[in-house]
Amino acid sequence: MTAQSMSQPSVEAAVQSALTASLHPTHLEIVNESHLHAGHRGSPGTGDSHFRVVIVSADFVGLSRIARHRLVNRALAHLMGKPIHALALDTSAPGDHRD
Amino acid sequence: MSEQAVHDWIRKTVASNDVVVFMKGTKNFPQCGFSGQVAQILGHVGVDYKDVNVLEDMGIREGIKSFSDWPTIPQLYVKGEFVGGCDIIREMFQQGELTQLLDEKHVPYDKSKLTA
Repeated sequence: MTAQSMSQPSVEAAVQSALTASLHPTHLEIVNESHLHAGHRGSPGTGDSHFRVVIVSADFVGLSRIARHRLVNRALAHLMGKPIHALALDTSAPGDHRD
Repeated sequence: MSEQAVHDWIRKTVASNDVVVFMKGTKNFPQCGFSGQVAQILGHVGVDYKDVNVLEDMGIREGIKSFSDWPTIPQLYVKGEFVGGCDIIREMFQQGELTQLLDEKHVPYDKSKLTA
């Protein structure tokens, strides 16, 4: 384990390992946006509650947006609700047209 | 209300309204950034819709997730069909697919707003 991964917050690391194992992404970004939501209604205030995931996976080829999001949501089901309060998703397949 | 009764109520609600958003807060007073984004997009498109504030009913707040097998709120329904959550609606709007869907489903919206 590298020094960088050692210093990752545990929720972020859990998201990364779950998505890597189930969807074999060719690109994966996990951004902790919890600080943007600190203090808003319903925010748990843990600092590990709001995440944005940008993921590119060949598993998404030919799938609708709903189906892609469902794959991600299922892979992270054990984390949804608690500790993850909100999850913004940007899902694409290699070769998808990007604006 | 049992989960079954909640699902029946949801089914009836999305069947009797062309466009329904299950959200935190109301269209005029959203209480979550993601729900607010959806309200803003639908307002921009100029489509009439029914807002259901899930914060007012714990049964609906949980029941809508099992109804659609979708773990997050907001959720948009058009003519009884689940369309997606905030990110999907924003992407569809940006690519012109949201108004395309409304056209296909014969749901009226204010076309003058989009060209203005």
